[in-house]
Amino acid sequence: MRIPCPLCGDRPLEEFTYRGDATLTRPAADAPMEAWVNYVYLRDNPKGPHREHWRHAQGCGSWLVVDRNTVTHEITQAIQTRPGGEVQR
Amino acid sequence: MQYSITSLVKQALRGHQGWPEAFRHPEPRKHYDVVIIGGGGHGLATAYYLAKNHGITNVAVLEKGWIGSGNVGRNTTIVRSNYLLNSEIPLLEWSLKLWEGLSEELNYNVMFSQRGVLDIFHTDSQRDEAVRRGNAMIMNGVDAVMLDRKQVLEMMPLVDENNGRFPVLGGLLQPRAGNARHDAVVWGYARAADRLGVDIIQNCEVTGFERDANGRMTGVETTRGRIGAGKVAVAVAGHTSQVMQMAGVKLPVESHKLQAFVSEAVKPCVDTVATFGVGHLYISQSDKGGLVFGGMLDGYNSFAQRGNLPIVEDVAEAMMMFLPSLGRVRLLRHWAGVVDMTMDGSPYICKTQVEGLYLNGGWNYTGFKAIPGAAWCFAHTVANDAPHKYNAPFHLGRFAEGRPVDATGGGPFPNHH
Repeated sequence: MRIPCPLCGDRPLEEFTYRGDATLTRPAADAPMEAWVNYVYLRDNPKGPHREHWRHAQGCGSWLVVDRNTVTHEITQAIQTRPGGEVQR
Repeated sequence: MQYSITSLVKQALRGHQGWPEAFRHPEPRKHYDVVIIGGGGHGLATAYYLAKNHGITNVAVLEKGWIGSGNVGRNTTIVRSNYLLNSEIPLLEWSLKLWEGLSEELNYNVMFSQRGVLDIFHTDSQRDEAVRRGNAMIMNGVDAVMLDRKQVLEMMPLVDENNGRFPVLGGLLQPRAGNARHDAVVWGYARAADRLGVDIIQNCEVTGFERDANGRMTGVETTRGRIGAGKVAVAVAGHTSQVMQMAGVKLPVESHKLQAFVSEAVKPCVDTVATFGVGHLYISQSDKGGLVFGGMLDGYNSFAQRGNLPIVEDVAEAMMMFLPSLGRVRLLRHWAGVVDMTMDGSPYICKTQVEGLYLNGGWNYTGFKAIPGAAWCFAHTVANDAPHKYNAPFHLGRFAEGRPVDATGGGPFPNHH
């Protein structure tokens, strides 16, 4: 598996670290406990297309949002995130 | 037919032409008291203990493929109870005790071999950790022995004793641990459950759940038609999220893959199950002579039953550090299994928020050893609608209650457990 880093081009898997599901939205600090439990612990865990966070830890250090298929490992998009977590288009 | 020396001699004299099938292949009935989804080790064993311990024999096990086609045939067959926490040890130790009598219990040779599991350590801090773990085991009535360097090298003469950076300091041995023939376990449970009246239905994939107006489970939709059910028990590790989603239950689970490797057959050279404390590597030798070994998760969500090369390289490097004399042994097979990784590295054996729906899943990469004990507790949970004390800590509500199990202290990151 190679990940197309928008800054460095196609780079091998071992340069990246994985964070997980990028579709989760962090609740407000005063949100009810249930919202926090859902955010921290529950996952859709889709079989197929998955939007996820990777970091090019052994390269440029960028946090990326990667669209990857969890069955075929095909990557259709890899873009940078902003510090606030929203996706930069 | 009861398997025995007499039946073996009789069949041998007939040229082994008269052996009956180990279990039936029935058509599904319209309704069962309990429908178990998943014909792997956990599902079949649950059916067996429901019938044997609780007298519930109107049970079907639905398997989407064939018996033995899932994770039960994809693991590295290690059986141990060398755990750390008081919540985990009783369940795994009960499982090990059931393993010790399993071949007799099932009238099927599961080839359980108590060759020991030896965790080798190489630094002072690893030794402290091993002492702590060993003491936790002993306090829970589990056998644990500390070995010094000399004893480790006597047991594992092939270990590189001249590694200057990571010298062998000693090891934590659980003598009663070992491994078993994984296919035999699933066939043995299938046959034993079938003999008690359980229907094992293969090539039958569940496509949906049926619930009444109060939300209670009443049956399942399958590729072989509707099947009514008093209770539905799910044991489909790897795809637990997908099956439970059909019932509207979202889980603290990510599916990851774990690779395993088998070498060509060589003469007996590893007569225990050994783990290497520097890299992440565990190895044993099968009765056929192949070295069976594995390493870490690939580390990202995946349902592909095949691995990526960085882990192959990582495992090969660890092998060369640990057992350099095996460097010229060729790899025969290599595959990956899809495992439910949970938020604290521990499983779920529990009721769910849906009435009549029960879950045994989230086994991370530790499901095989737990088959007898977990299924025994799961059957208890399904039959009594309440957990046994051994599986009481392993319910879905533990995160909201602030009581994750989390033996590694890894936090809610499934790929860190």
